[in-house]
Amino acid sequence: MKAYVYVSLKKSVLDPQGKTIHGALKKMGYKGLDEVRQGKYFELTLDGGLSREEAQTEVERIAREVLTNPVIEEFRFSLAD
Amino acid sequence: MKFGVIIFPGSNCDHDAHWTLQQVARQPVTFLWHESHDLEGCDAVIVPGGFAFGDYLRTGAIAKFSPVMESVRRFADGGGLVLGICNGFQILCESGLLPGALLRNTGLKYVCKPVQVRVENVATPFTNACSQGEVLTIPIGHMEGNYFCDPATLDQLHRENRVVFRYSTEGGEISASANPNGSLDNIAGICSAGGNVVGMMPHPERASEPALGGVDGMKIFDSMVGAMAGR
Repeated sequence: MKAYVYVSLKKSVLDPQGKTIHGALKKMGYKGLDEVRQGKYFELTLDGGLSREEAQTEVERIAREVLTNPVIEEFRFSLAD
Repeated sequence: MKFGVIIFPGSNCDHDAHWTLQQVARQPVTFLWHESHDLEGCDAVIVPGGFAFGDYLRTGAIAKFSPVMESVRRFADGGGLVLGICNGFQILCESGLLPGALLRNTGLKYVCKPVQVRVENVATPFTNACSQGEVLTIPIGHMEGNYFCDPATLDQLHRENRVVFRYSTEGGEISASANPNGSLDNIAGICSAGGNVVGMMPHPERASEPALGGVDGMKIFDSMVGAMAGR
């Protein structure tokens, strides 16, 4: 089983990296872009010792306690077999 | 009065802080390894600069789980003096000992240069040797020094006079051009509600001897020594 965790800056937090990328894309002529936000992506491979329900709980804990700083970031994740 | 300087894997200003306290401030000082819970009877703890655990995930994200940080939390809860410098400030924020977080500099560049900070609160054990509004020249060296917190926390920090240092011009003016990293309200350092925990991005240990180009940083350490002597 794999877990895919996406960490992004909260909407209220400025993202200078995303802003710079947005500016660059615009300069290169790409169209239709309103905003770019940069985040982090983690792919966790689980060892099979956890049920789906347990994996859900454990991955949520990892994302909340370690992978994100709740002051500035939020996360979402999904599990796949 | 004994100082302790914590060492995490990746700390790199630990020896500078140790040197400053021992050779310049002439105080007893010991290193504290991050895996130990034992603060060895220290009266003040320095969380030094560097790149604890490489800062690979986030600055301070892994360091906050080190055993020594549990002891530092208890020590701080009991009123003990804790000074977090640069990466140490980031670690104290991650640990929840100070509010807010340090984001990537808005200019997206590592900034390493002497800056001016205005002392906003001289009633802390870290600034009692300064005068109100005094401008200190102390170097910074960081990629993530952009202080951020939510608006309610920012209000509270101002209301409780917990903003200790703000980036300013040499004349003491708080301006956008004096802000090296995009910090909210030019914040360079804050303290805990009790005033006994301070985090600051500038490195006072790098401004502690004439040979380093300035001695303004000594005011921080001298303040701590004075505060502890008065206890």
